Amino acid sequence: MSAADMVRSRVAQIALLVVLLGAYPWLIGEFYVNLASQIFIAAVFAASLNLLVGYGGLTSLGHASFLGLAAYLSGWLTLKMGFTHGAAAPLALAGATLMAGLFGLIALRATGLGFLMITLALSQVLWGTAYRWVSVTDGDNGLARLTRPAPFGINLDHATAFYYFAALVTVLAVWMMARFVASPFGASLRGTRDQPRRMSSMGHDVWLLRWITFVYSGFWGAVSGLLFVYYNKYVHPTSFALTSSAEGLLAVIAGGSGTVLGPLAGAAIVVLLKNYVSGYVERWNMLLGIVFVLIVVFMPRGLVPGLRRWRERRSGGRA
Amino acid sequence: MIPALEISDLNKAFGGVSATSGVEMRVMPGARHLIIGPNGAGKTTLFNLISGDLYGDSGSIRLFGREVSRLPPHRRAHLGLARTYQIITLFGEESLEHNLVLSQLGLSPLRWRPFAPLDRFGELRQEARAVLARVNLDHLAERRLGELSYGERRRAEMAMALAQRPRLLLLDEPFAGLSREERTVLKDLIAGVPREVTIILIEHDMDIALELAERITVLHYGKVIVDGTRAEVVADPRTREVYLGD
Amino acid sequence: MQFWVIQTLNSLALGGLLFLLSAGFSLIFGLMRIANLTHGAFFMLGAYLGASVMHAVPNLWLAALLVGLAVALLGGLFERGILRKLAGNSLGQVLVTLGMAFIIADSCLLIWGGDPIPILTPPALQAPLRVAGYVFPTYRVVVVGIAIVVAIALYLLMEKTRLGAMIRAGVDDMDMARAVGIPVSRLFSTVFCLGALLAGAGGVIGGPILSAYPGLDADMLPLALIVVILGGVGSLVGAFVGSFLVGFVYTFGIALLPDLAYVILFLPMIVVIAFRPRGLFGRATT
Repeated sequence: MSAADMVRSRVAQIALLVVLLGAYPWLIGEFYVNLASQIFIAAVFAASLNLLVGYGGLTSLGHASFLGLAAYLSGWLTLKMGFTHGAAAPLALAGATLMAGLFGLIALRATGLGFLMITLALSQVLWGTAYRWVSVTDGDNGLARLTRPAPFGINLDHATAFYYFAALVTVLAVWMMARFVASPFGASLRGTRDQPRRMSSMGHDVWLLRWITFVYSGFWGAVSGLLFVYYNKYVHPTSFALTSSAEGLLAVIAGGSGTVLGPLAGAAIVVLLKNYVSGYVERWNMLLGIVFVLIVVFMPRGLVPGLRRWRERRSGGRA
Repeated sequence: MIPALEISDLNKAFGGVSATSGVEMRVMPGARHLIIGPNGAGKTTLFNLISGDLYGDSGSIRLFGREVSRLPPHRRAHLGLARTYQIITLFGEESLEHNLVLSQLGLSPLRWRPFAPLDRFGELRQEARAVLARVNLDHLAERRLGELSYGERRRAEMAMALAQRPRLLLLDEPFAGLSREERTVLKDLIAGVPREVTIILIEHDMDIALELAERITVLHYGKVIVDGTRAEVVADPRTREVYLGD
Repeated sequence: MQFWVIQTLNSLALGGLLFLLSAGFSLIFGLMRIANLTHGAFFMLGAYLGASVMHAVPNLWLAALLVGLAVALLGGLFERGILRKLAGNSLGQVLVTLGMAFIIADSCLLIWGGDPIPILTPPALQAPLRVAGYVFPTYRVVVVGIAIVVAIALYLLMEKTRLGAMIRAGVDDMDMARAVGIPVSRLFSTVFCLGALLAGAGGVIGGPILSAYPGLDADMLPLALIVVILGGVGSLVGAFVGSFLVGFVYTFGIALLPDLAYVILFLPMIVVIAFRPRGLFGRATT
C-alpha cells in the first residue's frame, strides 16, 4: 500500500465514522440515542483514566473524584448560586482540575499500591463530604432539577441534540488525548511507565511527568463529569463512590489499556452490559465484581486482546 | 583544574551494615578510572551514590565542582552525568531507535512538548542513527530492542549513554556476560571515546579493565584500600591481599 | 463534661474496632503486598452473619468466634483459589479483591435485604458504669478492652512465636525469607485467614455499636485505608496508633463539625504523607 493509499484509506475511515455517528440518531429510537450518549460519557471518563493507567503506569481507584467534583460544582453554581452555564462550566472545570493538582501532589508521594490506596482514600473523602455537607450538596438527596446548557441557543433537552453535543465533546477529548500520547511528552511518559529509574538517569523528571499527566487526566475526567451532570440533570454522592471509579477501571481493562481507543470500546461494553443486565438482574455490583474477577483471572490483558487471542487459538491451533 | 568528580568522606549504611565508609576519591577530567574490589565491596553502591539513585548518610560529592549529594538523579544528568547499569534496563518493547530518542529527550527541551507529534522531530531520529552508527548498530535501528542479542544490547546501552553527550560516564560492569569478540568490540568502543568524556569503570574482568584503566581505586568492605596509577596499584601488596586475603 | 466523656469513649471504641479491621489489612499488605479491598466486606459480612448466628447462639462472644472462623474460611478459599493464581500481578490481585468486595456486598444485600439489622448488646453489659459521677456506656469500654487484648496477643504472636518471626522476616525482605526456606505460600494463607478472622469477628463485636447495614463495608474500608496510610504498612504499632488517632479525629469531627468530618480526617493523612510517605511507623514498600 503506497503512502497515498494509506492516507486515502485513513480519510475514508474517518469519513465513514463521521457519517455513521452523524446518521445514527436518525436510524434508531430515542432510547438508543440516549444509550449512545451514556457511552460517550463513559468513554471520555475511561480514556482520561487510561492516560494514567495505560500510559503512565499508575493505577488510580479515585478517578471518580474529578467527575463528581465537576458535576457537583456545575450543579451547585447553577442551582444554588444562580450562575449561568457559560460561567459555571469553566469554573467547574477549573475547580476540578485544581483539585487534581492537589490530589496529584499527595498521591504521587507514593507509587504502585501506595498510590492506589491514596487515590482511593482521597475519593472517599470527597464521597463522605458529599454525603455530610448537606447545606451545600443536599446530602443523600443529591442535587436535582439541574438543567442542560444551551450552547449557541441550541436546546440540549432533546435526546438527539444532546447526542451530537456529547459526540462532539468526545471526539475533541479523544483527539486531544491522542495527540498528548503521540507527543514527546507522551513518549517520555511511557518511558517512565516502563523504566522509571533509567528515565531519571537520562535526565527526565519522572515526578513532574507524572504529576502533569495526573492533572491532564483529571481535567478530562472533569469534562466527563460535566457531560454526566448535563445528561442526568442530577448528581448524587454515589458519583464519588468506589463503584464509579471501578467502572472506569473496568472499561480500561476490558477494552485494553495499551491504546487510546481501547478504553472507548471498554466503555461501550460496560454501559451496554449495565443497561442490558439491569433489565434482568437487580444486582449490578455483583456482576461488576464477577466480571472483574473473570477478566483479571482469564484475560489479564483486557477483553479485546484476550478475545482476539482466544479466537486465534480456536481457528489457528498450534501457534 | 576542577576535578570531574570529587568525593569526600562519603558514608552510607544500610540498617547498621556499612556499605560505604569514609570514601575519598578524585577523578580529573579526561581520566580513565577503574574501580575494582571483590564482590560486596560496595562498588555499585558507590556508583548509585554518585548517580543519585541513593543518597549518602554523610559526606560530599562534587561533580565538576558542584555539590550534588542531595541532588536527584535527573538533575545530575543535566550536569553531564550518564551511567550504564549492571542489569540491562532498556525499553524492550520499543525499537532501538526509540530507545535512543528517549535518551536524547532526557536533556532536550522538546520533552515537554505535549501536543506536537514526536514523529515530526526528524532531528531526533537522525541524531539517534548517528550515535547508533558509532556503535555499529544503525542497521538494527528499527528492530525491537528485545530482539537484539545480549552483546548488541550492551552496545545499545553504551549508545544510550553516549547520546546524552556526557561529561562524566559511569560504566557498571559493561563487559559482564559478553563473549571474547564482543568484549574486544566494546573495549575498542570505550577506548575510542574522546577525552572530553571522563570515564569511570567498574569491572571484574581484569585483563580488559587494566587495558583501559589509567588510575585505579581498590574498594573493600566499602573502604578505599589503595588508590593510584595503574602501575602503583598493581604493584601494591595490599591489592593482592584484598583479592587473596579472605 | 459528660459530652466529652461519651465522645472520648466513642472514639476509643471506634478506634478499637478499627484496629481489629486494620491490623489484618496492614499485615496482609505488608507481607503479601496486596491491598485487600475485600477487607471492609469481610467486616460487614461478619456483622450480618453475627446477627443471624445470634438467633441460634445468643452469646455474642461465641458468635464472634464462630463467625470469625467462617469468614477466615471464606478468606482462605479466596486466597488459595484466586489470589494465589495471580501471584506477581499485584494490580490484578487488587482488582480481584475489589471484585470480591462487590460480590460479597451485593450478596449480603440479596440475603439480608436493605434494612439495618441490629445486634443486641449482651445483657450483662447493658447497664452503664457509674464512676466518679460520670456515666460510661459499658459495652464501649469492653470493646476497647478487647482491642487491647487482641493487640497484646498479636504482639506476642509477632515477637515470641516462630510464626511471628516468619511474618516479620517476610515483611522485611521477602526474597531473603524465601531463601532461608520460609514456606511462603502457607504463610500467606495463614496471614490472610488471620486478617479475615479479625475482620469478621470485628464485625460481630462492632455489631452492638454499628449494627449490620448495607454500606457498612464502604463506611469502614476508607477508614482502614487511612489508618494504614497514617500508621504505615505492615506495622502493628502503626495500626494501633493509627486506629485510635482516626477514631478520635472521626468521632470528634462528626460531633463538632459534622459537615466536614471527612475533610478533617483528610488533614492528618495529608500531613503524614507530606512528611513521611511511609506512614508514621512504616517501612519502605518497593
